[in-house]
Amino acid sequence: MRIEGKGLIDRTRPVSFHFDGHRYQGFQGDTLASALLANGLRMIARSFKYHRPRGVMTDSSAEPNALVTVGRGAAQEPNLRATTIELQEGLWACSQNRWPTLGLDVLAVNDLFARFLGAGFYYKTFMWPRAFWERVYEPLIRRAAGLGALSGASAEDRHERAFAHCDVLVIGGGPAGLMAARAAAEAGADVILAEEDTRLGGRILAECGEIDGLAALQWVEEIAGQLAGMPNVRIMTRTAVTGAYDGGTYGALERMAPDVADRPHAPKGCFWRIVARRAVLASGALERPVAFPDNDRPGVMMAGAVRAYVNRWGVAPGRATVVFGNNDSAHRAVADLQEAGVHVAALVDARSYATCDLDVPFYPGAQVCGTSGRRGLESVALATPRGVERIAADCLAVSGGWNPSVHLACHMGARPVWDPVLQAFLPPEGAVPGLCAAGAAAGRFSTRACLESGLAEGRRAARDLGLSTPDLTVPMAEDHVYDILPLWRVEGRGRAWLDFANDVTVKDVELAARESFRSVEHMKRYTTQGMAPDQGKNSNVGALAVLAETTGQGIAETGTTTFRPPYVPVPIAALGAGGKGKGFAPERLTTSHAESLARGAPMIEAGLWYRPSYFPKTGEHHWRQSCDREVVMVREAVGICDVSTLGKIDLQGPDAARFLDFVYTTRFSTLKVGRVRYGLMLREDGHVMDDGTCARLAEHHYLMTTTTAAAGQVMRHLEFVHQGLRPEWDLRMVSVTEQWAQFAVAGPRSRDLLNGLLEVPIDDAGMPYMGCGAVRLGGVAARLFRISFSGEHAYEIAVPARYGAALFASLVKAAETMGGGPYGMEALNVLRIEKGFITHAEIHGRVTAFDIGMQGMMSTKKDFIGKAAASRPGLLAVDREQLVGLRPVGAIKELLAGAHLFGEDAEAISVNDQGYVTSACYSPTLGHVIGLGFLRRGRARLGEQVRAVDHLRGSETLCEVTEIVQHDREGGRVRG
Amino acid sequence: MIGKGAGFVADLQAKTPLAGRGPVTVAGVSLSEIALGPMTSIAPYKGKVAALSEALQRAHGMAWPMTGKMTGQMTGPEGTWALWFARDMALLIGPVPDPALAAHAALTDQSDAWAVLRLAGPGARDVLARLCPLDLRPRVFKRGQVVRTILAHRTAAILCMEEDVFWIMVFRSMATGLVHEIETALLRFAARHVSC
Amino acid sequence: MRLDCPICGERDRREFYYQGAALRRPAAEVWGPDWDDYIHNRENPAGVTRDLWQHEQGCGAWLVVTRNTVTHEVLDVTLAAEMGA
Repeated sequence: MRIEGKGLIDRTRPVSFHFDGHRYQGFQGDTLASALLANGLRMIARSFKYHRPRGVMTDSSAEPNALVTVGRGAAQEPNLRATTIELQEGLWACSQNRWPTLGLDVLAVNDLFARFLGAGFYYKTFMWPRAFWERVYEPLIRRAAGLGALSGASAEDRHERAFAHCDVLVIGGGPAGLMAARAAAEAGADVILAEEDTRLGGRILAECGEIDGLAALQWVEEIAGQLAGMPNVRIMTRTAVTGAYDGGTYGALERMAPDVADRPHAPKGCFWRIVARRAVLASGALERPVAFPDNDRPGVMMAGAVRAYVNRWGVAPGRATVVFGNNDSAHRAVADLQEAGVHVAALVDARSYATCDLDVPFYPGAQVCGTSGRRGLESVALATPRGVERIAADCLAVSGGWNPSVHLACHMGARPVWDPVLQAFLPPEGAVPGLCAAGAAAGRFSTRACLESGLAEGRRAARDLGLSTPDLTVPMAEDHVYDILPLWRVEGRGRAWLDFANDVTVKDVELAARESFRSVEHMKRYTTQGMAPDQGKNSNVGALAVLAETTGQGIAETGTTTFRPPYVPVPIAALGAGGKGKGFAPERLTTSHAESLARGAPMIEAGLWYRPSYFPKTGEHHWRQSCDREVVMVREAVGICDVSTLGKIDLQGPDAARFLDFVYTTRFSTLKVGRVRYGLMLREDGHVMDDGTCARLAEHHYLMTTTTAAAGQVMRHLEFVHQGLRPEWDLRMVSVTEQWAQFAVAGPRSRDLLNGLLEVPIDDAGMPYMGCGAVRLGGVAARLFRISFSGEHAYEIAVPARYGAALFASLVKAAETMGGGPYGMEALNVLRIEKGFITHAEIHGRVTAFDIGMQGMMSTKKDFIGKAAASRPGLLAVDREQLVGLRPVGAIKELLAGAHLFGEDAEAISVNDQGYVTSACYSPTLGHVIGLGFLRRGRARLGEQVRAVDHLRGSETLCEVTEIVQHDREGGRVRG
Repeated sequence: MIGKGAGFVADLQAKTPLAGRGPVTVAGVSLSEIALGPMTSIAPYKGKVAALSEALQRAHGMAWPMTGKMTGQMTGPEGTWALWFARDMALLIGPVPDPALAAHAALTDQSDAWAVLRLAGPGARDVLARLCPLDLRPRVFKRGQVVRTILAHRTAAILCMEEDVFWIMVFRSMATGLVHEIETALLRFAARHVSC
Repeated sequence: MRLDCPICGERDRREFYYQGAALRRPAAEVWGPDWDDYIHNRENPAGVTRDLWQHEQGCGAWLVVTRNTVTHEVLDVTLAAEMGA
């Protein structure tokens, strides 16, 4: 029911929307809640557990009842609070937790069995049979008790993330926040003013007062205009600050206005990380209910919300309203209702000493002790000093007092402080460094007190930052004294709700206390009070007060549960914005990427890199065909492979040589200029970190390569060893991975191929195995390394990356004229397994040099990283699992990496575990499957037979233990 | 590559990291690739900063850059300048370094390692704020400053060339992906501020 | 969380890599109790602790960060190269 001439809605702009399939009309400026109330809808939801009819209770994000689902299909969003949904043309909203309809809900039968469904009922009821829990009980309970549902369709990534920085963050744009922002901004600070609502004003939007002789709203407009005009102020409306974190970092969720969110490419919301040197918490206060019997009927609302619906949205929530309270807010609600011409049937004030000069039936010292009505409130029962009276009413406005929104001040672990005069918890001081509370959040409830404390805290923040503070006076405004009589519950027949969102009643809390869940944290978990989407904003203080009464402890001693972010629900989509698909991890592409794709190569991820798996040729239908062909091609002719992804680190300086001696197990100071050496690097705990080659380009200049996987780790490690352990050594290092495009040219025809391209041909004397040097081709200076990861006569040639694409194409074309071509990761893997070369499949972090048969590479003549730890007896024990080769015996189906090794006759159970397979493949060179693996005492067991059992994939293979190297054991081929 | 009897001549055409990608302009913010001359990392050896700075001045007319700063003529792609690039490291851009510098510092060619993007326009800072945790307020991040930071999960350097003009350096291999990220942020930013 | 890099100034935690306790590496090349303490034994204090971090996505400097595990206060950030960690 609209009230003529009231509200901040635009009556010239009607908006039509749907609720539960019916079409309604509201106005621009409405929320879904205000529009539904204006259309006379009181029952909007069914409660979580008992499926009780529920209506709108608040006007804020703390709403416990009116949760709805908005949108359809993939965009469907459940559990949104109708009180914060901006009305928009075509809005599609549905009620939740009812079947088949809101009016006729089958599970409303739960309410009849309420006495069996109290706190902890499922712990007691669904104990046995045990197997039923997961399959029967839990699915049933989940269906019966619940909230809205997701569509199941994959949602679009329509959120974004952003960072902001400021000197002063003001949280809340009510009178306190506005004054704080103004004081800090005029002092010259960079200010962010974040307001959860769609516009600035806070409680002023819901009330009709005066500030400095102006209508309060007009005062807000003026100051908001001033702030908006300042270059150092950023006003962020629709932005709820959700958490306070270390180092002055705050999380904030910004919702886009519906018309903005509808634009192409527009985000739906943005999750901000705001870094502020100081913060003023001006988050206001939330009105709390009173637990009287049947206080959950649609029509029972917070008194402050009733005022907001009347003043801001021009909606009368009822035809006859009873107002009930224990403080003066109830009186102000009556005044506003009467001013708007809404009938007030009674003012009920629990304070017997209260007086009232309004023209209304006044009941001091009385309490509401019950309500009745079928799907909404019809009458209210009063317990007066004269006895019980019943008054017809369709709206009951309740004020149980105000709870300062202390949440953010407590997000770093501190608890709020109980104030017996205000009967409320106040923010602890200094608990979030740099944050101070102002206004109602600090327990300063009058408008004047809000303005005053906002100004003071804004000034203080500026002063802390070394800014001189402006000369501002506190505007004149109402300055009432907050007087409250504690009233948490009213005795009487029937259940009295504390937590509306999770259906927790006074009885549940009493039961919890009786069953020894007397700590507030235990009570919370036993009853689930405070664990709904509203996180107990309406119920925490009331529930702990009832617990305190029941246990006989004081409220201060009972204390609160822990406050944790987020203050309002944050969609995971907002927290993880941009993290889908390619946003999950950046892709790194080699210079040969386009050419590899053009040749039809499927890509495989290697860390962040994309590398070709294989290069299919016409007629090849299976990766194995391509892989086998490529292996044979390398062994018999020549293959080209992009190896640019390997880490390349340039080390220079007089101490570069001794540095390498310290980080590798073997010496590099003895390496000749123009030569390359294989090196093994340990972690300080004695296990292998990485392996690779290192070339000496000049006396004081080395070039190290790392594996693709460990490139970042090795760079970090080298920097640590230098800066942290040997800062006195004079050397410099820098990654050149991206500078060079590097290609393996492998196979018996490799030198022929290169000599067709190089400006000056090479020979064995000038470029022997493990040699390196500068070469030129096509007018470009390049580096050539004679190293091999295939066991063949092979080279790696590196050019500045701008020439990478061209060189790859040239090399491949040249190779193709020689019966060769490109090869991918699959063939590369087969080639190295045949040769017993290790990768991170073998050096996986738990492996020592001893385990891989490289104990001889651990120098006894010098110190090196990992030396002391590697000498521990346990890391050299003969019964360790050692690297061996594996060859299946007889005809087999498969050999799987990951299979575990067992003795030939031993049962395949963990106590008999002898090791595991790390790598396996079909070797076209040998004509059978081969593998590598770790086997207990493996080096002493050559020729033995073991079983490779993979329980997960149901595979078993009998294998013979062989040498690690299974092809060309003498190594003749690599020397060409 | 041209066949020439048994041998071949490699025809090595150079490609920039984003070769072929044209500039993009959305809502007054533009993104384009910049090709710079040689880039060389210069890392002074122990106690050699003063000598290096002198040698730099003599050879290339610029001093060693202080932390987070640039020196020389940063006039644009043709400039001759040096920028702070990391702990004990600067990046010389433009000239091929005078070999005399090698007496004081490790010189390493990085000309091909980095892609350079230019992001310019009144909303450039807002776009960067969607990708990077850096304090980008104009009074904090000013013309002539350079920072190393993380940009959409990528190691990056950001150079403030003008109030609203930024050069972004990322590894060559990650440039294509970063362009996509920046374009997405750009469209999101534009959709908020320009009604359609 | 933010750390004040002595070279770059205050930066977001995303730019940093966390390593672990900042301890002095024993000089001995053979295993001993000091190595046990260096590699394995940790105090895990409720209070002040010193860890190694690297400003990996910034200047690359290794840092020794002194901080309080209870209050999360960062008390000091020093270059590892100047500490002899």
